[in-house]
Amino acid sequence: MNNLARKTVLDPLFENNPITLQVLGICSALAVTTKMETSMVMCGAVIFVLTFSNLTISLLRNNIPSSIRIIIQLTIISSLVIIADQFLKAYLYDISKQLSVFVGLIITNCIIMGRAEAFAMQNEPTMSLMDGLGNGFGYSLVLIATGFLRELLGAGKLFGYKVLPLATEGGWYTPNGMMVTSAGAFFIIGGFIWALRTWKKDQVEEEG
Amino acid sequence: MQHSSLYTIVFAGIVCVVCAILVSSSVVSLSTLQQTNAALDKRKNVLLAAGLVQPSEKLTPAELNDRFRVIEPVVIEMATGMIVPEIDPSSFNQRKSVNDPKTSQVAPPNSSRISRLPNHTVVYQVFNDSRELQMIILPIEGYGLWSTLYGFLALGADTKTIRGLTYYQHGETPGLGGEVDNPSWKARWPGRVAFDDNGQVVIEVIKGRAGSPQESPYQVDGLAGATITSRGVTNMLQFWLGKNGYRPYLEKLREKQPPS
Repeated sequence: MNNLARKTVLDPLFENNPITLQVLGICSALAVTTKMETSMVMCGAVIFVLTFSNLTISLLRNNIPSSIRIIIQLTIISSLVIIADQFLKAYLYDISKQLSVFVGLIITNCIIMGRAEAFAMQNEPTMSLMDGLGNGFGYSLVLIATGFLRELLGAGKLFGYKVLPLATEGGWYTPNGMMVTSAGAFFIIGGFIWALRTWKKDQVEEEG
Repeated sequence: MQHSSLYTIVFAGIVCVVCAILVSSSVVSLSTLQQTNAALDKRKNVLLAAGLVQPSEKLTPAELNDRFRVIEPVVIEMATGMIVPEIDPSSFNQRKSVNDPKTSQVAPPNSSRISRLPNHTVVYQVFNDSRELQMIILPIEGYGLWSTLYGFLALGADTKTIRGLTYYQHGETPGLGGEVDNPSWKARWPGRVAFDDNGQVVIEVIKGRAGSPQESPYQVDGLAGATITSRGVTNMLQFWLGKNGYRPYLEKLREKQPPS
């Protein structure tokens, strides 16, 4: 049981990562990762929503009428997203301004409904909570790594602090403009997928 | 599992009510905090435009309010440039006023895609200890490439010299048009002159590099790779400093001053 719980939390990090293996949640991974700060706040919001939506849906799983189950899941998920968005606006105003619509768009993040439908509807609450945490961490791992590379190479900074002195300000580093555009995130995430599948060969899809 | 229709409807109803209660209580309980944040953010941007706060500074709300003490918001009538003391600037809602046909009018054709103009607007005046006008800060807005840019323009007491320009809301391409936020680009504005000797608005964002404020007082460096955003900035300065914008107010200020 303990082993199973650990597997549920740790598997989504590398073995079954929602972004690199399932290729879900890409849109937000492209949109918010220009900076570490925004990436981390986005990750926090997604972990919150994913964990509580999995928990709530799992608690209700035996009572949800199957004819309206998708709409019930969406109602719960969107309520959680609005609550998260309101808290960010109240306590982290600057960052929530930068994240703009992307917190609201967590509703449409496929990972969340994917986990609700694929896991929480069939499993008991504790395991669903673990699964939510694990997938949240798996998503965060990719986002934070992407944010790290994009902020460092695109702006020469980390968390807004100067790391590489910029050529425009008398230093030596010429920032890579592609990194601040969404295309840069495509290359980075593509690179991660390639690296992970080179390491774990069983994730490679069969050609056919 | 098969459920009856009644059960389905009741279940959906309960879920909706519970979710609605949670959502609305979070919105209601956090709204004061959010409004305070929004007001503070606006004050911060006024201070940024005036150069009274540096972008790298992280200020607490108390420090921010303390710095804001030198700034006096007033409501002016756009058409005449007169100050309207009856309207309290702290409760004046510009966004609401601009959409109300009673308090706004259709804007004349312009390149900044401004559709409506409010009859009244809030401007910010900065005084020194002996109540002499030091600076005025004017809200401006206009279209760039993808989005409307909202910002503040700070002018010196001569109403001609630019003291700063800052944008607090826009959706331009990060790294290209989004560089309107870049502190080193914003640092190129102070000292430029918006009007020529005949009172024409001549300030413009050019392609390539302009010289120092002494060499090319009427020109500012363009943003590389962002021709249309740069043109948008020029257009909106032309518009807001022109006769449909703040010209009546600026003329009133010039009249008050002894000719130098």
